[in-house]
Amino acid sequence: MKTIQELEEIRKNTLDRVNQRRDRNTTRIVVGMATCGIAAGARPVLLAIMDEVEKLNLKDVIVAQTGCIGVCRLEPIVEVIRPGEDKVTYIKMTPEKARRVVNEHVVGGKVVEEYVMHIVDGKIINDYTVEKD
Amino acid sequence: MREISLHIMDIAQNSISAGAKNIYIEVYENINENILKVTIIDDGKGIDSDILDNVTDPFVTSRKTRKVGLGLSLFEAACKRCDGGLSVKSKLGEGTEVTAILKYDHIDRAPIGRISDTIVSLILSGDIDIKYKHRVNDKIFEFDTKEIKKTVGDDIKEPEILRWIKEYIDEGIKNIDGGVWE
Ligand SMILES: Nc1ncnc2c1ncn2[C@@H]1O[C@H](COP(=O)(O)OP(=O)(O)OP(=O)(O)O)[C@@H](O)[C@H]1O
Ligand SMILES: [Mg+2]
Repeated sequence: MKTIQELEEIRKNTLDRVNQRRDRNTTRIVVGMATCGIAAGARPVLLAIMDEVEKLNLKDVIVAQTGCIGVCRLEPIVEVIRPGEDKVTYIKMTPEKARRVVNEHVVGGKVVEEYVMHIVDGKIINDYTVEKD
Repeated sequence: MREISLHIMDIAQNSISAGAKNIYIEVYENINENILKVTIIDDGKGIDSDILDNVTDPFVTSRKTRKVGLGLSLFEAACKRCDGGLSVKSKLGEGTEVTAILKYDHIDRAPIGRISDTIVSLILSGDIDIKYKHRVNDKIFEFDTKEIKKTVGDDIKEPEILRWIKEYIDEGIKNIDGGVWE
């Protein structure tokens, strides 16, 4: 049985972290959750990210979800915003790809280029896996 | 969608877009009468009466990123396929109520699926409170983020807390024999 005591324990453990967290050091990971994203599998992606953040005990990371990011055929879409850096948009995510992004980009600071959406002159140019379908 | 819980997530997403602060979700497995009923009520900005009349038409949307709105029409199609239907009631400035009815044992009915994942995902969307009620005939499980906040404070978006919530909901639904995967 899950008990409220457990919850109180958890609170004690997370309180310090919440208090220490300062916005300018915080990385945001945002998952798009409109109909298209949900149908394409955004929920397991979001939960995999949460799970990885918990497993790695990452303190300065906020995971959030948002509505439609706009390009349905590229969903699930994940945005990573590290403090002081440009936003990086990852497309066609899976739970596995998302875990890799958390490890390599959020923790390691190295963008996982293979999954990134590139836009030039308002056109999405990168991704040949997109052309194929 | 492969799970009713994904439809719920999607409909609740409309509530969040409408600025709701409170969302009430109820899943009622009325097995005695062979009905699955899903209700989602919010206190968001509501729907204009001229949109409301055709709100389940895929070409009715207020979104600017594309011309079709799929959420309600998809859920309605799923209900109709299972000898049921979907209704949307709304009052501008007050909120919206979506009710979906499906024949419980219809062969095409999607499983209820991972409700806990849906609720945890919704918690991550911002400053909303979620009340959830699951009924199986006369047995009831209830969950309310406001109750959790009384113990842990307003910030319930920490991974460990969300994990606890997830397991609590899974356990609660199991205890009343919720037919999550059937
Ligand atoms: N709970 C709600 N509160 C206020 N307006 C709503 C609500 N639910 C739906 N609407 C209105 O109905 C329209 C259609 O909703 P629907 O979910 O079918 O499509 P969408 O949300 O526009 O797009 P999609 O679901 O494909 O991301 C919305 O654009 C919105 O204007
Ligand atoms: Mg919608």
